[in-house]
Amino acid sequence: MAQVTEAATATEPLLKVRGLDKHFGPVQALYKVDLDLFPGKVTALCGDNGAGKSVLTKCISGVYQPDHGQVFWEGRPVHIHNTRDSARLGIETVYQDLALCDNLDIVQNMFLGRERLRRQLLDEDDMERAAAKTLADLRVTTVRSIRQPVASLSGGQRQSVAVAKAVMWNSRLVMLDEPTAALGVNQTKMVLDLVRRLRDHGLAVMVISHNLNDVFEVADRLAVLYLGRMVIQDDASNFDRQSVVEYMTTGGMKRDGDKASA
Amino acid sequence: MAVPEESPDLTVAHEAAQAEVPPELVAQTFGEYARGWLARLRAGQSGVLPVVVGLVAIMVVFEIISPNHVFLSAGNLVNLFQQSAVFMVLAMAETFALLLGEIDLSIGYVGACGGVIGVQLVQPVTTNWPWWAAIIAALAFCFVVGVIQGTIITRLLIPSFVVTLAGFLIFNGVMLILLLLGPFSGYPNLGSESTNVKVLFDLMAGTIDPTLSWIGMALVVLGIGGIMWFSDRRRRKSGLVAPPVSLTIIKISMIAAAGIVVVFISNVNRANVGTLEGVPWVVPIVLAVLVIWTILLERTRYGRYVYAIGGNAEAARRAGINLAMVRTIAFGLCSMTAGVGGLLYASYIGGMSNNVQGGQLVLFAVAAAVIGGASLFGGRGKVIHGVLGGLVIGGIYNGMYLQGLDVQRIFIVTGLVLLAAVTIDALSRRASISSSAGVGR
Repeated sequence: MAQVTEAATATEPLLKVRGLDKHFGPVQALYKVDLDLFPGKVTALCGDNGAGKSVLTKCISGVYQPDHGQVFWEGRPVHIHNTRDSARLGIETVYQDLALCDNLDIVQNMFLGRERLRRQLLDEDDMERAAAKTLADLRVTTVRSIRQPVASLSGGQRQSVAVAKAVMWNSRLVMLDEPTAALGVNQTKMVLDLVRRLRDHGLAVMVISHNLNDVFEVADRLAVLYLGRMVIQDDASNFDRQSVVEYMTTGGMKRDGDKASA
Repeated sequence: MAVPEESPDLTVAHEAAQAEVPPELVAQTFGEYARGWLARLRAGQSGVLPVVVGLVAIMVVFEIISPNHVFLSAGNLVNLFQQSAVFMVLAMAETFALLLGEIDLSIGYVGACGGVIGVQLVQPVTTNWPWWAAIIAALAFCFVVGVIQGTIITRLLIPSFVVTLAGFLIFNGVMLILLLLGPFSGYPNLGSESTNVKVLFDLMAGTIDPTLSWIGMALVVLGIGGIMWFSDRRRRKSGLVAPPVSLTIIKISMIAAAGIVVVFISNVNRANVGTLEGVPWVVPIVLAVLVIWTILLERTRYGRYVYAIGGNAEAARRAGINLAMVRTIAFGLCSMTAGVGGLLYASYIGGMSNNVQGGQLVLFAVAAAVIGGASLFGGRGKVIHGVLGGLVIGGIYNGMYLQGLDVQRIFIVTGLVLLAAVTIDALSRRASISSSAGVGR
């Protein structure tokens, strides 16, 4: 199946996962998983609860160590031992809880842990300019002031700040965990627009989502996990809602044999 | 883009968020600033305003009811500041723990140990250390004690409440042991003719020459005002978020006015017989602690991490911040600052004895920080809040003392003020949560 996908899309994947296994005690969370993430494409990672979406994400970001399998970055094999390794490659994850400090302002949150200094003191002016530029590039313009505390932002704005924080560091792959969960209609639209803009900037984007509306609205490619196995990866245009639901709930067993063999 | 649906949603978000946004961030003119400030006030987000109003109320009430209206006399105001100084410094110390969402109950007696060490080391008949070495030794002792307690809290993951409660008992005992050293029957004092000892004695009440007081004040105001003016101007010029010019001018004028008032009052001859005039040394000492800790907490990486941990420890951890290190150092700095408070206490009393009420001091320190506006829940508060809260407690203490009221009434009133301050904190927190709940959080 992997060869088919690569032939269909001419470019080389930014990140290739091959034969990834991960188990926790007796529970096999991931079983020989393959995944390709392409620059300038949004890949939606779908799957029912417990399918292994989070585990796969955490294996890529270095939170978990896979038991077997290989990860290739721009075709070269890499070992990601911790989140610092993945950050060095340019992989950033935006978790569902966003990890923002409510009492700090937008600039302070975006630079948290990587503050710029001038004569040993924080260089607020420089950080504010850089943060403003990133937000303007991503056209996150609804905030009143980038010096307002994050506590005063709406859900969509908070998500936007978390994404901007992730892409600020020359990142090349951004993984978003359920970015639209708990957001209203307009806020969701705002975040999905932001996801498209990341793609237009040439980043590889992976969106973990339950919400098939969002998936079909934004994704160029779909990858479906079922009980720890990658049952299919293909261009989004080759799916319809019905087929995705079927892959998510049955692993595609009812469909043609060639696709269920993974 | 569903534009018709989008606009009402964002409006709601903006209106609810209005009160949360500090007005200096969005205001271009003074009028806008004032309107934003009022919006925040209505939502209970008023910064130092309640404590300043409280201070003014205390002054007015006690001036009216105090016998012969002595409350606002120069002599009493200087006295009030000296009485408040220990509360202020201990409250600034406690701010480090409170910002992390922790508490340090031991600082009363740890600070007192620092005071005893300082007093003991300068005694001419025993060790006879130079005053500066004694001060360094006292502060180093306190810092190490804080680091040890902080290490137990952060590495063994034991709640700070329990660890510092144990520290409270332990250092009460240590203080009594230290007091008994040397031939002083437990009462080492600073009443010596030696100029070396007199330096410690003068920390609190020794005065600076009136002319030098004016010059020093002018330098401090010019320095702080100049930094504010040029940094605001640079930010305005480069199009960054900056307060309007008028606001910068008002802030600098207020600092200058405060400086002039303090020096003017201190330079009045306060003695009944002879002369006693000039700014007492305790004023620049408190100011120095305030300025240094404010710079550390608001202008350095370390300070940013303290706030981040208090706001969301998990976010700080994911940002690669070494939580245990930041926390441990914070407990060290907390205890070290308490050591400054202990030395001031010793200077005020003129020595040390077993009369130190370490438990009461620490409770007043926490109360002062909270009355000043620091949050007990972490992440919110500034060093200046400790100073303002310390003045409130000192003011109540002093005013009721002038009335000839017993200590039991003083406790009750101080307790009620603390209750009011915590209630304001909790209500404003609830107001801000309910206003953000409306925007889908």
